[in-house]
Amino acid sequence: MRPSLRIVTHLIFVLVTVAMVLPLLLVVMASFSSEDSIIRKGYRLWPEIFSLEGYKIVFQYPGMLLNAYSITVMVTVMGTIISLLLTAMIAYVMARRDYAYRKATSFFVIFTMLFNGGLVPFYILVVKYLHLKDTLWVLILPYLVNPFYVLIMKGFFDRVPIEVVESAKIDGASEYRSFFTIVLPLATPALATVGLFISFVYWNDWWLGLLFIDNNKLVSIQLMLYRTMNSIEFFAANARYMSGQIDVTKFPSLTARMALAVLGAGPMMFIFPFFQRYFVKGLTVGSIKE
Amino acid sequence: MKHPLAKQSVFRRNRELFFLSVPALVFKLIFQYLPLVGLILAFKNFRYNLGIFGSPWNGLDNFKFFFVSDNAWRITRNTILYNAGFIIITLVFALLFAILLSELSSRAIKLYQTALFLPYFLSWVVVGYVVLAFLEQERGFLDQIWLLFGWDPISWYQEAERWPYILNGVNLWKTVGFSTLVYYAGILGINPSYYEAARIDGAGRWQMMRSITLPLLTPLIIVLLIMAIGGMFRSDFGLFYFVPNNSSFLYSTTDVIDTYVFRALRTVGDVGMSAAVGLYQSVVGFLLVVLSNWIIRRINEENALW
Repeated sequence: MRPSLRIVTHLIFVLVTVAMVLPLLLVVMASFSSEDSIIRKGYRLWPEIFSLEGYKIVFQYPGMLLNAYSITVMVTVMGTIISLLLTAMIAYVMARRDYAYRKATSFFVIFTMLFNGGLVPFYILVVKYLHLKDTLWVLILPYLVNPFYVLIMKGFFDRVPIEVVESAKIDGASEYRSFFTIVLPLATPALATVGLFISFVYWNDWWLGLLFIDNNKLVSIQLMLYRTMNSIEFFAANARYMSGQIDVTKFPSLTARMALAVLGAGPMMFIFPFFQRYFVKGLTVGSIKE
Repeated sequence: MKHPLAKQSVFRRNRELFFLSVPALVFKLIFQYLPLVGLILAFKNFRYNLGIFGSPWNGLDNFKFFFVSDNAWRITRNTILYNAGFIIITLVFALLFAILLSELSSRAIKLYQTALFLPYFLSWVVVGYVVLAFLEQERGFLDQIWLLFGWDPISWYQEAERWPYILNGVNLWKTVGFSTLVYYAGILGINPSYYEAARIDGAGRWQMMRSITLPLLTPLIIVLLIMAIGGMFRSDFGLFYFVPNNSSFLYSTTDVIDTYVFRALRTVGDVGMSAAVGLYQSVVGFLLVVLSNWIIRRINEENALW
């Protein structure tokens, strides 16, 4: 590429990078502002007066934040493990060319991507018939098998040489045994990639909480952030409920709100760059049509 | 061999593999196929204590109620127009970024990629906070800039006509990194020998992009387009619910089918009507997928999904 053209290209991407990062910086800076400077001067990239009062108030009553974190971590860990196992098992079967019900299974998995019942029947089913409202399971079960991830996983399994399974069969191994001891270990990179996708889904989920959770003890990070956005009083009320008295009128609501957002989204922001290459890998496989 | 016996032996030969898939099949049956039965709710006057089957039928009343109101046109129009905007804008930017990225060879690519991808990992709730920091009345970043110029601050959360631009911008910001990566991965997957051959024949970069990169990316673009067109009747609930902060002043330009159904179900509690709207969404969405696949088939059979 001509040097001048290259410089222009870099310049474009530098601008794009700024556009991507600047909004996040604004939130971070707001969380480190003093309440007073936000009220007088608004949200700024460089606050008039730096202050930790937002964080102080959040950490002064850590009960709710800790509880929300533990719910999110529990749901993410359990959900990812179970979901990964189910996804891998059905994807493997769909990838086996000698499996008699391969076509039927694929149809069964993919059809709901094209046509589904939508929100209302799902909601009624979960609440009235499965009685899962206000349980930890309702945050885990509905996302267990995502057709999209099954297809990505199948893409990986398509490349596992069938000969290894066949030779294990001749040695007398059952399909279960060869799947768990031979195929799965070969698919570790695939499990890592799809597992990451799944864990992001669970970590970032507010939808199931919004629909099915009323019990404050089962509020996840994302749901807590949603409720706090509408009224910081939710946090204040909960803080009071969990740890005694608090004067709501002196509550630094604007900064505390942003501090909560940073604490809620922060961990993901630090973790994700390390895993980015797995995403690229997963997408490369997923985007190649058979 | 007798027929029943043959059938049994097929199952026998495959039963271990079948059992491996059973947990996922059962899951799908309960959480994704059983709700299809619940679609009959659209034709019923649902009463919680009577359940799905016990509630009385009421014909097409739920649909009438919805289609007679202005809401039907408003939310259908919003859903379609936003999706059309998202599809076109994201495609243009993502393709542009992907091609530009593939032309660079320095280590900076990694940095650009990370930055582009960063917002993708925020939940819509967090994005709602980010937008709030920009748009909150008088305190928001944008109103601060407005004040700097001596203009009157704007009540963003009350002025509906600005929101099509805001939502298109926010959606692009959050999703462009993902789409860019998909196309970038597609470009990286192109066999380098094509480019080498072209280079030997004296082709320039522009020519290579036009006659190698774009044609070879076309199948991928088309597959993603079909899926996107098939999804034009659905929208990302979080974007339309959290980002406008469910402000009722903005419904005329921010309300889409998904948010409408959610409110009808959770706020109003009209199960029958929200089920009817949901069925309308599912059926039209399905027809759109079938139609777009049919069109692609007519153009080029290889690119069709089935």
